[in-house]
Amino acid sequence: MAGVTFDKVTKRFDSGLPAVNDFNLVVPDKEFLVLVGPSGSGKSTALRLLAGLEEISEGRIFIGDRLVNNVPPKDRDIAMVFQSYALYPHMTVYDNMAFGLTLRKVPKEEIRKRVEEAARTLGIEGLLKRKPRALSGGQRQRVALGRAIVRDPAVFLFDEPLSNLDAKLRVQTRAEISKLHFRLGTTFIYVTHDQVEAMTMATRIVVMNQGTIQQVGTPQEIYDRPRNLFVAGFIGSPAMNFFEGAVVRDEAGLAIDLESFKLPVPTEKERQLAPYIGKKVTLGIRPENVHSADFTPMDIRGFKVEAEVEVTESLGSEEILYLSRDGKQFLARVDPRTDARPGQKVQVAIDTERLHTFDPESGESIGLPAAEERSEREAEAASL
Amino acid sequence: MARPNPSATGEAAVRARPAGLQVAATARRVAGRLPLHLSVIGLAAIWSIPTIALLISSFRDPGLVVTSGWWNAIRDPFSFTLDNYEIVLDQQGMARSFVNSLIITIPSTFLTILVAAFAAYAFAWMRFPLRNMLFLIVVALLVVPLQMTLIPVLKLYVELNNRFGFLDNEVPLLGGRWFGTNSYAGIWVAHTAYGLPFAVYLLRNFFGGLPRDLFESAYLDGASDFKVFTRIVIPLSMPALAALAIFQFLWVWNDLLVALIFLGDPDRAPMTLTITNLVSSFGTSYQLLTAAAFISMALPLLVFFALQRYFVQGILAGSVKG
Repeated sequence: MAGVTFDKVTKRFDSGLPAVNDFNLVVPDKEFLVLVGPSGSGKSTALRLLAGLEEISEGRIFIGDRLVNNVPPKDRDIAMVFQSYALYPHMTVYDNMAFGLTLRKVPKEEIRKRVEEAARTLGIEGLLKRKPRALSGGQRQRVALGRAIVRDPAVFLFDEPLSNLDAKLRVQTRAEISKLHFRLGTTFIYVTHDQVEAMTMATRIVVMNQGTIQQVGTPQEIYDRPRNLFVAGFIGSPAMNFFEGAVVRDEAGLAIDLESFKLPVPTEKERQLAPYIGKKVTLGIRPENVHSADFTPMDIRGFKVEAEVEVTESLGSEEILYLSRDGKQFLARVDPRTDARPGQKVQVAIDTERLHTFDPESGESIGLPAAEERSEREAEAASL
Repeated sequence: MARPNPSATGEAAVRARPAGLQVAATARRVAGRLPLHLSVIGLAAIWSIPTIALLISSFRDPGLVVTSGWWNAIRDPFSFTLDNYEIVLDQQGMARSFVNSLIITIPSTFLTILVAAFAAYAFAWMRFPLRNMLFLIVVALLVVPLQMTLIPVLKLYVELNNRFGFLDNEVPLLGGRWFGTNSYAGIWVAHTAYGLPFAVYLLRNFFGGLPRDLFESAYLDGASDFKVFTRIVIPLSMPALAALAIFQFLWVWNDLLVALIFLGDPDRAPMTLTITNLVSSFGTSYQLLTAAAFISMALPLLVFFALQRYFVQGILAGSVKG
C-alpha cells in the first residue's frame, strides 16, 4: 500500500510538444483517483510514466517514499489493467494470472492459493483452464483484473479498462471495480475519457487537457465549482450552456445583459462580479438548471424566459429540449411531463442560484479562490 | 398425429422451395467454376510430369531406360526394379551424402532461426541507438548476390586457418576440420550468414506486429527481455518460425554452390554435390541419376507435405497479418 506523488513531472516526445506538462499531484494511500480528459490530454501518458513504460523528461515520481524515476516497471510494485486486456493468448487463464508470480519465484502452492482466491472474488473459477480466445469480453476483463489482483501491488493502474465493453457490462463492471477498491483498500489510479466513469467511481477526479491539470477535486466539487471553462464544458451531460454577456447595474442590482434578455445576479454573487461591471463575462448554466416553468421545483426561484423549441429528446425519466432565443441555442433538461413540441414557444425557468461565471479572456471561473490560494490549500491537504 | 397440422405443412412447403432452389444454385456455381478447376488441375498435372517421369525412370531397368520412354512403363507395370537405388546408395555414396546433407542442413537452419529471432526481437522491441539504420543495412544485404561474397569469405577462412592452427584439427565423430573450408562448422556459418538478412526481415515484421500491450504487460509482470522473448514472443510466433524453418531448410538442402565452394571433400559432400559428380561420371546412366535425384527430393517433399499448412500461413504472416 502506498500513495503516489508527481513532482513537476514533464514528458516530451520526440515531436517536441510536451504530452504532460508540469504535472503536480499527491495521491494519498487508498485513494481511487480518476484521470479524465479528452484524447490527447496526456492522461494515459501520465499513467504510463507512473508505470515506467515511458521515461520522464523532467521531474520526479514517488511511490510511497521511494523515488522511482530510474526503477524499472517490474520493480515498482504496481499492476496495470490495459484497455485491450493484454492477456497472453497462448496461456490458459490460470497461467495468465500466475505468470507474474511465477516470474517472481513465488512457491507453486502459494500461487495456486492466490489465483484461486482471486478467481473466486471475480467469479471466474470455472474459466481457469480456458484460453483467452474462448472468453467473452467481460470475462477477459475479469481475467485482466485477476492478473492484477494476485500480484497484490501497492498501486493499481487502469488504462481505460471498460472502453471495449458494451454499455450494460460497462455499468456493471464499474460498480464491481468500486467494490474491489473498497475490499482491497489499495490505491487505484484510473484513466478514462468517460466522465460518467470518473464521476461514479472516483474519490477524487483530475481533469486534464493538453497535458496540464485543469482541476483536482471530488466529483461533486468538480461538478459544482468548475474552475474554468474547460472543466465546466467537459464535466456534465449534456454539456453546460455558455452565453456571452456584459455585467450591468440596474435598479434591482447587478444583472448580466445577454442582449435578448437580462439575467439578474443573485445577491451572494454580486460581490464577486462587482469588478466586472461594464465588462464582458461568459455565463454558464447547466441544462439541468433550466427548468420547465410549469414543473419548477418549489424551492427554486427561477428567472422565467420564453424560448422556441427546436428539437425534443425524451429519455423517459427526463426530456432534453433544444431551445433557441434570438438566435442563441441552449439546452434544457426538463420534467418529462413538459408538453413541448418543435416549433412551439415554451416558458423555462433559469435557476440563477446555479449560475457559473467565467472571465472570457483567461477562461477562469470568477469567484472561486484564486489559483495561488488553491495550490497552497492543496499542498496543505497533501501534507496531512 | 392423425390430423395434419396445416401450419406445419405450410412451413415445410416454404422450406422445401428454397431447398430446391439451393440445389440449382449450387449446381450453377459448380458449373461456373468448372473451367477454372479444370485449368488448375491441368496446370498442376503439367507441372508434375517431370517429377513423375523422374520417379518412374528411377525404378526402371537400365536396358529399358535407354531404349524406350518412361511412359512405356505403364504397359508393363511389374518390371520395376530397386537395383538403381541399391547401386546409387551403396556404391556411389549417396547414403553417406544423405547423412552429410542432414548434418549440414539441420544446424544451418537452426542457427539461422536462433540468431535471426534474437536480432528481430531487438530490432522490433528494444530501444538502442541507430536501430533503424542498422535494420536498413540488414535489409539492404538482401540485394547483395551471394556469388560476390564467395572469394572474400573463402580468403577469410583460409586466413583464419593459417592464423589459428588448432582449427585444422580433426573433429571427432563428424569428421573434417573444426573450422574453415572442408569443415561442417564453416559451412554452417556461411549458410547462416547468407540466410540471415531475409530471416531477420521476415521475423522483425512478424514480431513488430504483435500487440505492444502484451510486452508492456509482461514487463509489468516482472519479465526481463529474455523472458518476454522466450515466454511470449516465441510461442506466439510459431507460424512465422515454422515458415522460416521450411524456407531455410529447403534453401540449404538444395544448395550446390556454397557446398561446392566450402566442402570439396567427397566424404563430406552433400547430395547435391554427389549428384553433380554422378552426372559427370555416369552422364548416360539415367536410371542412376534419376534414383539419386529422387532421393534428394524425398525429404523436402516430406517436409513440405507435413508442414504445408504453416508454409502457406507463414508466407502471409509477415505481410498481411498486422
